[in-house]
Amino acid sequence: MSKSQRTFEGRFENLAKIGEYIEGITAKTGLDEKQRYAVQLAVDEAASNIIEHAYRDVKDGKIDMSIEHSPQKLVIIVHDEGKPFDPSAVEKFDLELSLEDMTDRGAGLHLIENIMDEVEFKFNGEKGNTLKMVKILG
Amino acid sequence: MKIDTSELKRCDLVEVTGRIDSSNADDLMVAINAIQEAGRHKIVLDLSKLEFMSSKGWWVLIQAQKASKRYNRGEVLLAAVPPKIKDALDLVGIDKLFTQYDDPIDAVGSF
Repeated sequence: MSKSQRTFEGRFENLAKIGEYIEGITAKTGLDEKQRYAVQLAVDEAASNIIEHAYRDVKDGKIDMSIEHSPQKLVIIVHDEGKPFDPSAVEKFDLELSLEDMTDRGAGLHLIENIMDEVEFKFNGEKGNTLKMVKILG
Repeated sequence: MKIDTSELKRCDLVEVTGRIDSSNADDLMVAINAIQEAGRHKIVLDLSKLEFMSSKGWWVLIQAQKASKRYNRGEVLLAAVPPKIKDALDLVGIDKLFTQYDDPIDAVGSF
């Protein structure tokens, strides 16, 4: 079991650094290039959501990442101390809409849920939001 | 991200290099809007040098396509989308909403 922890300041300018961090970890997992890219995208969507919504009125809130991987699975935990996030309140992304009716609402969450094998959100009033994402390996 | 635009005889070619995420997707929107506001709606996006695109970038492409296709005045075509990016974008329906070409020259030639 390999473990890694890193904290980033919640700014859009740090998304590239977060991407490099995830690529560095996933390169050691045996995932192929497409799967590594997809995991990086899922984490980017999660971090972007935190910066845009949870930390909307907060400058430089912290995003904590905690990652573990074994030969069987990759577990990524993303934590913030921003506004509560309720995934059930997010409008469901609809792939069947016509171009003219297409919206971006729910697109990030839709990507996360389709890329990762398990997705779990938790909110604790004092501790903030925790998103656990699992990718099954092998 | 680097954006290079060229006005060709039959369309405009936009080459995007690097990474599009929430920090810079608006810059791409501004570049495409400038072409469309000048009345040119036939646009080829050469994505061969694109390294990463989040849903924020995908939304810029959708908005550009909506503007170009309105009143049948044009279309945004995608060219040389890297396979890993294409696979991810198919999850949000990019395959259904854009005609795609392997080679930007073929995309330009289609107008």
